[in-house]
Order: sequence, then structure tokens, then C-alpha cells
Amino acid sequence: MNKIWLIIQREFMNRVMKKSFLIATIVVPLIFPAIIGLLVYIEKQSEKNSKKEIIHYVDESGTFTPDTAKFLFKNFSGSLDDAKKAYDASDDFGLLYVPKYELSKPAGITLYTKVNPSLEDVSGLERIFESQIKERKMVKLNIDQKILDSLKTDVSVSTVNLTDDGKEKSSNTGLLSGIGMAGGILMYMFIFIYGAQIMQGIIEEKTSKVVEVIVSSVRPFQLMMGKIIGLASVGLLQFLIWMILMSTLTFGVLGYFGIDPPQKQAMEQMQKSNPEAKEQLQKAAGNSATVKTINEVVNMPWGYILSVFLFYFLGGYLIYAALFAAVGSAVDSPAEAQQFMFPITIPLLISYMGLFMFILRDHDSTISIWLSIIPFTSPIAMMGRIGFGVPMWQLALSMILLVGGFVLTTWVAARIYRVGILMSGTKVNYKVLAKWFMQKG
Amino acid sequence: MDALQAQHVSKRYTNHTALDDVSLNIPEHTIFGLLGPNGAGKTTLIRIINQIINKDEGEILIFGEKLKPSHIEIIGYLPEERGLYKKLKVGEQLLYLAQLKGLSGPDALARIKVWLEKFEIKDWWDKKVEDLSKGMAQKVQFISTVLHEPKLIILDEPFSGFDPVNAQLITEEILDLKKKGCTIIFSTHRMETVEDLCDHIALINRSKKILEGSKKQVKEQFKTNTFVVEHKGSFSLNGSYELLNQQPIEDSFFQSTIKMKDVKRPNELIQELIQLTEVHSFQEKVPSMSEIFISLVKGGINHE
Repeated sequence: MNKIWLIIQREFMNRVMKKSFLIATIVVPLIFPAIIGLLVYIEKQSEKNSKKEIIHYVDESGTFTPDTAKFLFKNFSGSLDDAKKAYDASDDFGLLYVPKYELSKPAGITLYTKVNPSLEDVSGLERIFESQIKERKMVKLNIDQKILDSLKTDVSVSTVNLTDDGKEKSSNTGLLSGIGMAGGILMYMFIFIYGAQIMQGIIEEKTSKVVEVIVSSVRPFQLMMGKIIGLASVGLLQFLIWMILMSTLTFGVLGYFGIDPPQKQAMEQMQKSNPEAKEQLQKAAGNSATVKTINEVVNMPWGYILSVFLFYFLGGYLIYAALFAAVGSAVDSPAEAQQFMFPITIPLLISYMGLFMFILRDHDSTISIWLSIIPFTSPIAMMGRIGFGVPMWQLALSMILLVGGFVLTTWVAARIYRVGILMSGTKVNYKVLAKWFMQKG
Repeated sequence: MDALQAQHVSKRYTNHTALDDVSLNIPEHTIFGLLGPNGAGKTTLIRIINQIINKDEGEILIFGEKLKPSHIEIIGYLPEERGLYKKLKVGEQLLYLAQLKGLSGPDALARIKVWLEKFEIKDWWDKKVEDLSKGMAQKVQFISTVLHEPKLIILDEPFSGFDPVNAQLITEEILDLKKKGCTIIFSTHRMETVEDLCDHIALINRSKKILEGSKKQVKEQFKTNTFVVEHKGSFSLNGSYELLNQQPIEDSFFQSTIKMKDVKRPNELIQELIQLTEVHSFQEKVPSMSEIFISLVKGGINHE
């Protein structure tokens, strides 16, 4: 036991002291918020800086009132042909022709441009006309704006889960899917990256021949388990650092761009009682969806989700790490490992695709449930379901099977490993692996 | 007491038998040569002693005790295929390997310092193994083998990869360890090493032990009652002596190889020779280890 501990320590230190670990641990959580931040920043900047496009217009209807929110309008009094010539000579964006039209059937409004206008520009113009026509119609029909406003009702369906004990908890399907997807992808990445590292490490030990010295001091099983557990602890550490860094950074970035956590927003509301307050309130109302989401994010059962994630992270990692270890022990180079990687990759790919094809679409379908119970697919599949709430018996069954699966793969892997690490230069195929598996000590 | 006793040890794989009923006695405080051609089963036996693999039958006794996990701590093993962690620094590496052998951290540290000083490589502590030359890495590996002061040291081809200077250094260390009371098992093909260093030998061929004993006993067993004589003037022999070869050296000197057909004492041959020629030198032709090895291994093949 003492010796396994030594190997765990050694393995842990080897990985953690590497530059690549430091870089991956610090950089990865920086990348995502940085990308989001950069995109938001660019968008905000371009909104602020962009020059308004100039549009010439010829108004034959006599009703068009330029709305300068998005465009700068330049009136041209004269015929359309003259206007076209004038526009051709200019560098401006477009020429808008507004003929006489009927309110009920507006037709013939045309935008001439030199380059293809963006969808956004066209719909922007359309919106200007639509609202102006609407106003004119209301005047014509004697409808007061107030009456119209009072007709407008805002309905949003809130989804509420009834738990077994009769308590209600609000749920946000989008958010839960997001959690499921993020958890599933994270799990997939972790298993692959760390599994590959286990394999790599074992191939290195084998090719550098150090393994014979080591197994003259410890049992092969101890060496294998020490390496697997050591790497698991590295993975946990990395995951923990990521979580801390990411949540800090995400809140930081969101805060910087004015998407504040709810408490701060409420406080700002209180402080502002000047004439701007009204406008501020309206803005807050517009933001209320964001506020609601953030509230829901804060109110998610994070403890539960995280502890389930950690369990499946460890279980999923262990069930596959043992297999990766067996492959590493059997071959002399990573290239040779390819042929044995295939059967390991299949269940991972199935669960990854299942996550998107079935689980995120319908987390309670039969196939989703089975994917989340079968040990080889459950680590990724369960992540997709966990946010939505999983019946206790399914969770328990899945966990028990996962532990059982881990014991089984480790037993199988250890039998191959103990023989494989001492065999270099052997041409290995599945038959040879089976022979090693059957071979007695 | 014997440092190691193997009793009827066998190891079988699906397609072949690696060891077949091998029994050995390795006396304490000796250097024991474990000889045999490639694939004879030496490495299998060594791996069984190191508990890397299990035997199918038989018993191994270490200083009279049945082989058990704690014996790992009194055995030092230098495998034929050397290997260290390439990315690990020399100091960390030795510390790790020593701790795996059961040494405490501080103990290991103190001993590593002594050894590095002894080999005059103190400044290697922070060097990564991948930056060392092959010979340098071998030194580190040798230190790792003996660091935990094992009572039984198993060296598989210990001199491969060493230049003559370092080979000499290692030889001295091995003799020193023997003086300190260690028992050393040598597995090697190099017969000159066996000739120089080993007290006892055993020869394994085709999974079976075919020879065992002290070097002197073995040579006694394989001597052919042949003598090499240098003499002035030629002669011929008959009767119970057979003149195998007579060739001129220089002037009227000759060298003759004579075999005694009946077992007689060398003095009788000398008496005979004095009457025939002027004897300048007389020496019994003792077979070298190399000759014994080759004759036995080849003979084994011829039998089938």
C-alpha cells in the first residue's frame, strides 16, 4: 500500500511539474471567457463606431419621415432618374425610392444599391416603413396608442418541476441542456486526454525498459493502479482549478460588459432615483430575461450536480484508464496502439453522439435511460440527464454498474498488463492478448 | 548457508517450457555465474527470483526462507535491458527507486550522496537522465541496484555498455560488495568475466540445468588429462600416451600436446619425457570456461 502511495506521488509530481500541465491548466479556462469577451467587445465597439450609412431617397408619396436611428437619409427632390444619376456619382450606400402607395397594400418601395445590402439593413428599412404605416393606419382608424398598449399582453410560460416531496422548483430547459452538454463534452475530453496520457506513460516505461526495475520492487498491479490513481488526482486538480478560474473569469467578463449579477443590478436601481431612473427601469425590464437566467444559474443544485459529475468523472475515467493501460502495456509505440484503440473509442463515440442525438432532445426516452445506465456509456450520458433530475433507482443502478464495470475492466486490464509490460518486440494481436489474459502468473 | 536455493523449479508457457526442474544452490559470499545461451531460461529464473513472475512448480529459498514479498528489499536487480525514467533527474530518480525498495526518504538521500561522491558524479544530481551518455546512465543504474544494500545482488550482463575504465570501476565495486558479505549472481555470456570473477557457476541450456559447481570442480571435471610440453628435439610416443600434436617453435624447440590415455599421475609422464627429450616447460592443459560452455551447449544440440 505504501508503495502504491509512492507511485501515486511520483506520477502526480511528474505531471504537475510539467510545463504543459501548467499551460493547459491556466490557458484553457482563459480561452473560453476570452473568446466570449472578445466577441462581445468587438460587437460593442462596432456598434459604437460604425458610421451610419447614407441613403438618398426620393419620396413621391410625401409621407416618408426619415428615421435616423440606423441610417442617414438625404432627400432628393427630382425625378427618380436624376436621383439615380446623383446617387451613381456619390459614394453613398443606397437610393430609396418611395412611390405613392396604398396603406393597405404598400408596393413598389425600392432600394437601389451598388453592393448587395445585408439582410439586417433591408429588414431595418422594412421595420421603419412598417411602423410608419402602422401609425398612419391607427390615426386613420382613430385608435389611441394607449388603447393599443393595453391590448398587448406579455405571456411567458414558466416551467416548474414538481418533485416527489411536493415541492416546486422552477426549471430552465435551455440552461439544463447547456449544463448537460457542457458536462458531457467535458467528460468525453477528460476520458480521452487522460486515458491517452496513461497509455503514453506506460509505453514510455516499457520502451525505456525502466519497467523491469520497477516491477522487481512492486507488483505490476500496484504499478498500474498507482499510475491510474496518480493521474486521476492530476485530473481532479486540473478540473478544480478550471472550475475556480472559469467561474471567476466568467463573472468578471460578464460584469465588465454590464451584464451584472442580479444583486448588483438591484443595488444600482436603488441608487438611481434621478430622472434617468425611469429609463434605467425600462432597461432593467429588458434585461429581466438575463436576470432570470442568472438567478436560475445561481439557484441550480450545484452541489448535487458537481458531486454526481465527480463520481462519474472518476468512474468513467477509471473504467477507461484501465483499458488504456492494457493497450499501452501491449504495444511498443503509440502508432501500434491505434488498432487496439478502436474498440475503446466506440462506446465513447456512441455515448458522445447519443448525448446530442437522444439525450439532449429527450432526456427521458428509453434509449437515453439505457445509455445512462450501461457502464461504458453512462459517464457521458448521465451528464446529459443529471440537470433534469434522474430517478433515484436509475442513478443508483447506473452508479453500481459503473463501479462493477470498473472492477471488471481493471481485472481484465491487469491480467494483460502484467504480461504485456515485459514483452517488447512481440507482434501483438487480439489472439495474443487473449493468451496473455489466460496465462497464469 | 546458501544465499539462494532453487528446488525443482519449473515454468511453463503455452507453447514452450522456460524452466524444467531446475535446482541450484548458491552459496553465501560468493560470486555465482549463471551461464547459458540466449533463450536458455536464465532471465526466466532471474525474474522468478525477483518475483516479477511466478513459478509453476518447485520452491525458491532465500537464506533458508521461502520466497516472500519482503525479500524484494534484500535483493538488488540490474536487468539486462537497462532503463531509467528519461525525464527524471538523477537525484529524484535514485530517491524514487530506493524508496520503492523500502528505504526511508532520509536514509535514501544520505546513501545516494555517498555513492555519487564515490563515483565522483556529485554534480549530476540535477541532470536529467536523457542528457546522460549511455555509460553515465549505466553508473546511475548500478547505484540504484545496490543503494538499498541488498544481500543478494543479481546482475544481468553488468558490463555491457561500459568502457574499460568504468568496467574496471564496477568490477572493483563488485569485489568490494562481495568482501562486505554480499552474494552476487552474474548472468553473462562473457566467459572472461566468469573466468576472472566467479567462484561458482551453473550452466542452463534448453530450460535445464546441465552443470553446476565451483569453478575448480567444474574444470577438474572437464579436464582431459592433456599436457602441453615445450622441449628441445623432436620425439615420438606410443603406449599409454597419445601425441596429439607436435609443432616446431624456433631453432630446434618444439611444442607438443600429449594426452594420457590411462589415468596416471603427471609425474609419470614427466619421467617418460625426460628420457626422450630436454623438457623446458610442462603444463596441464586446463579447459577454459569458454571451451566448456561451447562443448556442453553444442553437445546438447548434437544429442538430438
